[in-house]
Amino acid sequence: MNRLLDTIFHNTTRFFAISVLMVLAALFFVLFNEAKPAIDAFGLQFITNSKWAPNMDIFGGYPAIYGSIISTIIAMLIATPVAIGIAIFLSELAPPWIATIVGMAIELLAAIPSIIYGMWGLFYLAPILRDIWGGNGLGLATAGFVLSIMILPFMAAITRDAMKTTPPILKESAYGMGATRWEVLKDVVIPYVKSGIIGSIILALGRAIGETMAVTFVMGNSHKIPDSIFKPATSIPVTLANEFTEADTDLYYSSLFYLALILLVISFTVIAIAKFWFLRNLQEQRV
Amino acid sequence: MSTICEVTHEHIIEVKDFSFYYAGLDTPNLKKINMPIGKGAVTALIGPSGCGKTTLLRCFNRMHDLYPGNRYDGEILFKGRNILDKKEDLIKLRTQIGMIFQKPTPFPMSIYDNVAYGLRLQGIKSKSELDDRVEQALKDAALWKEVGDRLKSSGTALSGGQQQRLCIARAVAVEPEVLLFDEPTSALDPISTQAIEELIIKLKEKVTIIIVTHNMQQAARVSDYTAFMYLGDLIELGVTEELFITPKEEMTEQYITGKFG
Amino acid sequence: MTRQERRILLNNIIMFLSSAAAIAGMLFLFWIIGVLIYKGFTALNLDIFTYDMAPPGREESGLRNALVGQLMLVLGASLIGVPIGVLAGTYLSEYGGKKGRLARLIRDISDIMMSTPSIVIGAFIYALLVEPFGHFSGWAGIAALAVMMVPIVLRTTDDMLQLVPGSLREAAIALGAPKYKMILQVVYRGAKTGMLTGILLSIARIAGETAPLLFTSFSNNFFSTDLNQPIASLTVTMFNYATSPYDDWINQGWAAALILALFVLGANIIGRIIIRTKKGDR
Repeated sequence: MNRLLDTIFHNTTRFFAISVLMVLAALFFVLFNEAKPAIDAFGLQFITNSKWAPNMDIFGGYPAIYGSIISTIIAMLIATPVAIGIAIFLSELAPPWIATIVGMAIELLAAIPSIIYGMWGLFYLAPILRDIWGGNGLGLATAGFVLSIMILPFMAAITRDAMKTTPPILKESAYGMGATRWEVLKDVVIPYVKSGIIGSIILALGRAIGETMAVTFVMGNSHKIPDSIFKPATSIPVTLANEFTEADTDLYYSSLFYLALILLVISFTVIAIAKFWFLRNLQEQRV
Repeated sequence: MSTICEVTHEHIIEVKDFSFYYAGLDTPNLKKINMPIGKGAVTALIGPSGCGKTTLLRCFNRMHDLYPGNRYDGEILFKGRNILDKKEDLIKLRTQIGMIFQKPTPFPMSIYDNVAYGLRLQGIKSKSELDDRVEQALKDAALWKEVGDRLKSSGTALSGGQQQRLCIARAVAVEPEVLLFDEPTSALDPISTQAIEELIIKLKEKVTIIIVTHNMQQAARVSDYTAFMYLGDLIELGVTEELFITPKEEMTEQYITGKFG
Repeated sequence: MTRQERRILLNNIIMFLSSAAAIAGMLFLFWIIGVLIYKGFTALNLDIFTYDMAPPGREESGLRNALVGQLMLVLGASLIGVPIGVLAGTYLSEYGGKKGRLARLIRDISDIMMSTPSIVIGAFIYALLVEPFGHFSGWAGIAALAVMMVPIVLRTTDDMLQLVPGSLREAAIALGAPKYKMILQVVYRGAKTGMLTGILLSIARIAGETAPLLFTSFSNNFFSTDLNQPIASLTVTMFNYATSPYDDWINQGWAAALILALFVLGANIIGRIIIRTKKGDR
């Protein structure tokens, strides 16, 4: 009896564990299957074609892909130095009680639903940027800025955690040579946790590129490639969020799935690189 | 009260009525310590765990300043100047008083860059001068023969004993006047330990050494003076042979004969 | 200026910059929190909880149906996602082993699934559960959230179970307990607080998701508990209201945002307190 129950329990847990793999396989398969008509119709040129004209049943993914990449780059350019600054502040500079409070605040902020960042961007940031840059305040720059604020807590928290893995004795021995704080950071801490920091940044990048709600409000929804980052644009998640329920032809619908598939492949690749290239070393160092 | 022997060497450091408080504690971890350190001698600090020997060692280069809230009281005179003074230049102090840690701490860079690190911090850029001083330091640390032909390889790839000698080379490269050793062999095998001990005896021609050790035999082998500490008090400072053969304090005798600790 | 003065100056400049970055970053983040609290509390009133969504301009309007829908979606996803995640995590920790190939593969894939764009999951479930049936449904929303939840619960369960000392397992086995009993009675008990915290955090995580619901559970202006029909949720309502031109809708959107944030932050804070008190016990 016990033996039977043991076998049942073992196999039940095993089944659900393997179901994770099956879901991922199904995810790729279903998206590919749904995208098939668009893949057949447009091929890989979908990626480089910048014409998105639902009324003519012509679909090109370039504007959305371009918008995703550019807004993510803007977000990374803003967030990376600030996040590293915060991490340095928290791990090296702040007195312990400040580091604890600010560190906790940052972890909580990382948990705030992204749609709230989007609403703030729409109602507070966009009007200010409109006054500064003109136009309607919506576009790649605004989206990139909101994204940067959204990923900042996450990035700062994991960068700080990476920095904390430096053994204190190693830092002490650099201080013992008469190094300044900055020299200890530059010569010991950063080289020691380099791969952890790069991994954190790429992981944040993976989050930013797939983010929907923080950017949907502020992207401006234009399938024209903008001639300036201050003008309305779109991105893959934004296109999906806005047009999925409007798709009235099979090709339109399928093209949206094509975009979703491209997003899945990009984010899968980015995250896999972060996890297995950079962060794996960190985990092994710790052991 | 503690028994302090006469230190016949010139006194490079004088500890005077020195107490140390860890952050947030009202009771001192070191209690009114008075002791001289002889120039060019090896002084060993021994005592059971928690006696304050490592705490005291880390006061000589103000390592405790890295963590806020720690407090010093009294004086530590280094060549007549009180290094506990608020105006003390810690960067300069730490190049004059170097430190070797419990575990080898090679920086994540090449062997050459490890040894040149302190020199470069001081602004030495000339390739030939760096080359000469790195070579000299590695020779002083008895490591040149082993690594002279692969200076560009990573310092972290060496064996434990080699890493520790690399750290010694890194410390002696900047020509400090005092070297602090914090249980330098506790992570090493017996053969590497012997090499480090021989090195310490050789190094005292150039530099004053203070060493914390758990191992009484090690203290007896390498040091000229030995200080026995217990619960934050300096119980006895003696010439090493005398302290181990005819200790003046009863507590010292109990400790070295293994009755406690 | 001596070389050392230059080094200290450079150090001070960089430390100043990093403090400035920390302050600037915190200012922005507190700005957002400030806006959320101000706008949210201004719009929050009892009507929000007692009336259903209504066209703009109507006096008697609230978010009751969205709140109920949100609760049903999150609860439904948890009822599916938590058991699956816990059992799968149990396999990894208790049968798969630390180095086992299958277990490692599943861990890696879960890590990736956790960061998969949530809108892609929404599209996936749309193709599976909405398109074939011809209409949006609460079940589809639940499925989308559950798919997101399983990897999170799986990884925390795995981590927490591995913290249980092996000697405890051996002691149970030595008493003659079969393995499943050992796991259910000894290992789960030993990892209880950690697992509860992990589950709480994963619920908080999916509760804030909007993108996977946009075209699965969709939205519904009326009160409904029928999961075969489209169902309202706080997050999708926030999306619809924030993009509307009506001030009272926008304000209600902020009220919804505040309720959601309080729930998510509350769950996070409780989770942290549980972990802290547990550490204190040790």
